[in-house]
Amino acid sequence: MAAAPLRPRLLPLLLLAALSLSLAAAFQSDELLLLHDDDEFEGAGARPSPPPPATVAAASSRRRSSDAAASGHTESSVVQFSLEHDLGSGFVPAGSFSARLKSSAHGSQTLTKLRFTRNELTRDEKDAFEKLLKEDGFYSIRLQSNVLDPARKDYVVSSIKARCIPHESLDEHIVIHMDGVNILAVNYGSVGGCQYPRPMKLPSKWIFNSYTLLKTAEQAPRTPSFVDQLIEAENGLGDVVKPPEKSFWAKYWMYIIPVGLIVMNAITAAANVPEGQAGEQGQAGAQRAPNAAPRRR
Amino acid sequence: MAPPPPRHLLLILLGFVAAASLATLAAAMYEDQVGLADWHQKYIGKVKHAVYHSQKSGRRRVVVLTEENVIASLDLRSGDIFWRHVIDKNDPVDQLSLSLGKYAVTLSSGGSILRAWSLPDGQMVWETNLEVSKLSKPLLHILSNNKVAKDNLVLVAAGRWIYAVSSIDGVIAWEKEFSLDGIEIKQVLQSPENDILFVVGIAGSSKLNLYQLNAKTGEVVKHIQESFPGALCGEALLVSRNVLVALDETRSGLFLIEIKGESISYNKVHLSDLVQDLSGTVKLLPLMSNGVIALQESSTLSLLKLKGIDGLEVIQSFEQPAALSEALTITEKMKLLPLCTIWVLKLNLLSNLQVIEDGLASILDVITSELPVEKDGVSVANVEHNLFEWLKGHVLKLKGTLMLASADELAAIQALRLKSSEKNKMTRDHNGFRKLLIVLTKAGKVIALHTGDGRIIWSNLLPSLRTSKFGEIPSALGIYQWQVPHHRVMRENPSILVVGRSGTDSSAPGVLSVLDSYSGEELNSLRFDHSVVQIIPLTLKDSSEQRLHLIVDSHSRAHLYPRSPDAISLFLHEMPNTYFYTVDIEKNVIRGHSLQKSCYLSFDDEYCFSTKELWSIIFPSDAERIAVSETQKMNEVVHTQAKIIADQDVMYKYLSKNLVFVATLSPKATGEIGSAAPEESWLVAYLIDAVTGRILHRVTHHGAQGPVHAVVSENWVVYHYFNLRAHRFEMAVIEIYDQSRADNKDVMKLILGKHNLSAPITSYTRPEVMVKSQSYFFTHSVKTMAVTQTAKGITSKQILIGTIGDQVLALDKRFVDPRRSVNPTQQEKEEGLLPLTDSLPIIPMFYVTHSLQVEALRGIISIPSRLESTTHVFTYGVDLFYTRLAPSRTYDSLTDEFSYALLLITIAALVAAIIFTWIWSEKKELSDKWR
Repeated sequence: MAAAPLRPRLLPLLLLAALSLSLAAAFQSDELLLLHDDDEFEGAGARPSPPPPATVAAASSRRRSSDAAASGHTESSVVQFSLEHDLGSGFVPAGSFSARLKSSAHGSQTLTKLRFTRNELTRDEKDAFEKLLKEDGFYSIRLQSNVLDPARKDYVVSSIKARCIPHESLDEHIVIHMDGVNILAVNYGSVGGCQYPRPMKLPSKWIFNSYTLLKTAEQAPRTPSFVDQLIEAENGLGDVVKPPEKSFWAKYWMYIIPVGLIVMNAITAAANVPEGQAGEQGQAGAQRAPNAAPRRR
Repeated sequence: MAPPPPRHLLLILLGFVAAASLATLAAAMYEDQVGLADWHQKYIGKVKHAVYHSQKSGRRRVVVLTEENVIASLDLRSGDIFWRHVIDKNDPVDQLSLSLGKYAVTLSSGGSILRAWSLPDGQMVWETNLEVSKLSKPLLHILSNNKVAKDNLVLVAAGRWIYAVSSIDGVIAWEKEFSLDGIEIKQVLQSPENDILFVVGIAGSSKLNLYQLNAKTGEVVKHIQESFPGALCGEALLVSRNVLVALDETRSGLFLIEIKGESISYNKVHLSDLVQDLSGTVKLLPLMSNGVIALQESSTLSLLKLKGIDGLEVIQSFEQPAALSEALTITEKMKLLPLCTIWVLKLNLLSNLQVIEDGLASILDVITSELPVEKDGVSVANVEHNLFEWLKGHVLKLKGTLMLASADELAAIQALRLKSSEKNKMTRDHNGFRKLLIVLTKAGKVIALHTGDGRIIWSNLLPSLRTSKFGEIPSALGIYQWQVPHHRVMRENPSILVVGRSGTDSSAPGVLSVLDSYSGEELNSLRFDHSVVQIIPLTLKDSSEQRLHLIVDSHSRAHLYPRSPDAISLFLHEMPNTYFYTVDIEKNVIRGHSLQKSCYLSFDDEYCFSTKELWSIIFPSDAERIAVSETQKMNEVVHTQAKIIADQDVMYKYLSKNLVFVATLSPKATGEIGSAAPEESWLVAYLIDAVTGRILHRVTHHGAQGPVHAVVSENWVVYHYFNLRAHRFEMAVIEIYDQSRADNKDVMKLILGKHNLSAPITSYTRPEVMVKSQSYFFTHSVKTMAVTQTAKGITSKQILIGTIGDQVLALDKRFVDPRRSVNPTQQEKEEGLLPLTDSLPIIPMFYVTHSLQVEALRGIISIPSRLESTTHVFTYGVDLFYTRLAPSRTYDSLTDEFSYALLLITIAALVAAIIFTWIWSEKKELSDKWR
C-alpha cells in the first residue's frame, strides 16, 4: 500500500541516479587516466617540475600518493561551449555544456564534470522538427572540436534519423570522445533502440531528455612477455607440476575391456564345447585367462 | 634413471607443440609439388637507362636501370635475366655506367652512394659514400682506359664537389671542392692524349668556367672564365671533343661553345630556325656520339648534327619516342649507326621480354573474371585419343605411389604434372581454379593473365589513358567489375570498368572505359565533365546485370553510372540507405555523407546527387595523424554469425559491413624507427561505424610507432606496428562481439519463434559491443597484409603477410586469437585454442612463396575459388606470384595426386577375389554334398 504513492517520486530519482552514474563512470575513467599519469610522473622522479610552484607541486604529488581522490591540478577553470543543431535550415545553438578544465602539473589538460543544459524548443523549432519527422530526415548536432580556441571553426558533427529520437519525450544520448581538451568526435543517438522501418511518431512531451557521457581512450594492455618464465624454467626454479595420478581403471580401461571381452568369449566357447572333453579344458582356460590379463599390462 | 632436466622437458614440449601445430595446420607442400599450382614471373619494370655491353667472349648483355629501381643484367638475345637487384625506394638510382668491362657502377641517392657491381654475377664489389649536396644533379663519369694508372677512376661531380674514386676498390683517390661561389659542375670531360680533365661549371647563370685538372691528383692546372650575353639554363652537352652545346634560359636558343686551348669562342643558334612547331619544354638529351645531339620537346625527338661551330642541321625526328639509350659507347665509325642500334636495342628488349616488361612490374589494381563456359559437344575421337595417354599417365603415377618407378619415370611424372593441359584450358572448370586475373598497370595498360600458368591472354593499352600530344599525363585509378552475367544474360561476355584521370591532378576530369573481359576490346569509353575522387561500386545491378557505380567528384557530388533510366529508378529506391565516408589524411578528418536528390548544377542532371555531411571525426593534428584506414573486402562472405566458446556459451560476432578501422599515430611516431622516444609516440586504434560515425572502440598503444599495416575481416582486425619499449614489432588483434544479441541463446525462445534474429538491424540503434584484444610480438617487419577469402566463408582464415624479405607468410588466424590464455582449460583445448605465447611463431612451412621472392612486393590479393576449401592468392610487386591455398587443407576434394588407377585396381582385385571365393566355396559345398 505504501509503495504505490512512492513510485512517481522514485522514478525521477532513479533517472537522476542513472544520469549521475553514467557521468560518474566517465569521471572515474578520467581520474584513472590522471592517476596513471601521476604515477608515472612520480615514478620518473627525475623530471624537473617548473621552478616557482615546485614546492607546491611536490607537496601535491606527495599528498596525491596518500590521498588518491585529490587531483594535482595547479589551476582549474570553467569552460563553456555550445551545442548547435540543424533542423533543416542550418545550425543554431540548442544548448550548452559547461565543464571544468583541469590542467595537471605536467601540462596536460582535461575536461571533467561535464554539465549539459538544453534550450527549450521554440514554436518554430517544433514545427521544423515535425517536418523532419514527416520526411524522415536527419537531425544533426555539432560541437566545436577545440573548446579552448573557439576562433577555429572546426566542428565535429553527428546525425541521426529524426524518427529515432521521439519516445515519450525526446530522448537523446550524447557520447563525447575526448583527447585531452580536444573533442575528437561526438556520437549522437537515441536512448534505446531504433527500429527499422522507422514509424512516424510524435512525442507526447516536447522536452529533451539528455544523457551525456565523456569518453577517453582506453589503454592497451602490455604484450605479455614470458621471457622471465622461460629463464625461470631453465634455472629449474619453476617446478614442473606433475599431473595428478589417474586411477588404475582410468589409465587402462581401453586394454581391460577387450581382454575382458576375449575372456568372456573364451568362456562361452568353452561352455559350448561338447561335455566329454569340456570338463578339464574349460576350467583350465577360465583360470588361465584372468592370469593373462594382468600380465599384458 | 634420473628424470630429464627441466630444460630438456621444455625443449621436448616445444618440439611437441610445434609438431602438433604442424600436423594440424601445415598446408605446406612437398618439394615435387612446387610449380604445380603456382607460378612465379620475374620482371624488371620500365627501362629508363641502358648500358650496352659486349664482351669478346660470352653472350651479349645489356645492363639496365628501370623505373622500379631495379638494376638488371639481361641477355640481349633471349631477354633472360642474368641477375638483378631491387634497390630500396628511398635510395633512387639515377646513374649507371660500366667500368673496365668488369663492373657496373651505379650512383644513387642524389649522388651520395656509389656502388660497383660485378658484371658476370651481379655481386656488389664495393660501396662508397660521398658527401654531396642533395640539390644538384649528380654526374657520373668514368675515365676511359687511362694509361697512367692501372685502374680506371670513377668521377662523381655534384654541385661544387668532384670526387675521383678508384673503380677497383672504391677508395676515394682525390677530391676537389671549387671555391667559386654558386658554381655548379655541368660536365666532366677528358682529353684523350694527356691526363688532363676538363671540368665545365656554370656559376650564377651566365658565367662559364672551364677548369683543367690533373687526372692523377686533382690539382687545378688552368682556369678559364667567360661571360655570356644571355643567361644559360644550365643544360649543357659536350658534342664533340671541344664543342659544347648549351641551352639558354628561355630554352629557345642554343649556344655552341668551342674550347680552343686557352680561349673560348661561342655562337648562338635559334632553335626555331632548325625545328618547326616548337611546343612544350625543350630538353637536351645526352647522346654520346660525335657531332650528334638529341633535342626533345613534348612529343618529338630531333637529332641534330653539328657542322663545325657555325650551325646545326636536323638529321631526323621521331614522333613519341619511348626512351633513348644514352650511354652507348660508339666509335667514330658508327656515326649514324647509333640510331639503328638504339632502336634495335629497344626492339630487342621489347620483343624478347614480350612488351609486357614495363607493365606487369607496376600493377595498380587486380580483379578476376570467370572464363567462358565450355561449349557442349566434345568429340568422342578426342576422348579416345586421350584415353591411352590418360591410362599411361595413371599407370606411371601408380608406379610412383608404389615406389616402383625409376628415375626416368619419376622425371616423366613430374613433367606430366607440370604440363597438365587441364589447368591451362580457356574454359571455366568445376572447381573455379581457372580464372582470368585482370590487372591494371600504372601506364594505363590492362592485361589479362591466366591463373593456370600466368600467360598473357590479352593486353590493351587504353587509348583514353595514353599520354596525349598536349602533354597531359593521364593516370589510371582503378579497375572494377562492370558486368558479371548470370542466368538471364549468360551469353554475354563479362565486362570490366577502368576509371582514370586525364591528368595527375585530382581535379582533372575523369575518364572511363568498359572492356570485354574475354577479348580485351574496348566496348565503351567516356570522358567525364567532372573529376574523380572516389569510386564506390554499389551492390545494385540493373536489368542487364551492369553493376551500379557512384563516382564522387572533388565538389562532393556523386554521379551515378551507368546512365540509364533503369539504373536511376533502382538507385532512387536504395538512395536513403546509401552512405559513404571520406578519409582526408591531409586535414586529419573523417567525414560521413548521405546523398540528396538534386545537384544544384546549372543544367539539370538527374544522375547527379548532392551530398550532406552527416558526421565528422576531427583528429587533433598535434596529437594524432591518420596512418591507415581499412575496411573489409566488399565481397567477403561470413558463414557463422556466432562463435561457440568452450563452456557451451555463444558469442555473437559484431558483423557489420560498415566497420572501419582507423589507426592514428602521434606526429613523432610517423618517422623512422628510432627517431622518437617511447614517451612521445603512440598509436590509437579506432573502430568506427561508417554510417553513424559512432566510435565503437578506441584504444591507445603507448610507445608504438609506425608504419602501421592492418587487415579487417569478419568481426576482427589485426594490425602491425613497432613497439619502442619492447624493441620489437607487434601484431595486435581486436575482436568485436555483439552483446545486444547475447540473450538470443534461449533455445525455447528460438523454438517458439520469439527471438529477434530476423528483425532488421539498423545502425542507428546504439550497439552494445564487447571487445577482446591481445597483442603478440612478431619477428618481421611487414610490407602488406591481406586475409584469405573463400567462397562460403566456412574455411578458417589465414592472414597473408608480405614480409620485408619479399615473401608471403600465411599465418593461421588461430595464432592471433585474443582468447588465448596461458593455461587453457580442457574444453578450451578441445575448441582449438592454443596456449598463450608472447610471440607468434614463424615456421618455414608457413611461407606460401616457398623458396621464391616476389621482389619489391606491394600487394597480396586473395580471390575465392568455387571450391570452398581453396582460395587463389596473387601477389604482385616487380615480380608476380600466384598460388592456390587451402587454409584448412582440401577437405572437400581429392587431390591431383590421387591415384585413380590404384583405386580401380583395388576394386578389380576385390571383385575378382569375391568371384573366386564364391566359385571356390560353391565347389567345396558341392564336393561336401557328394561325400
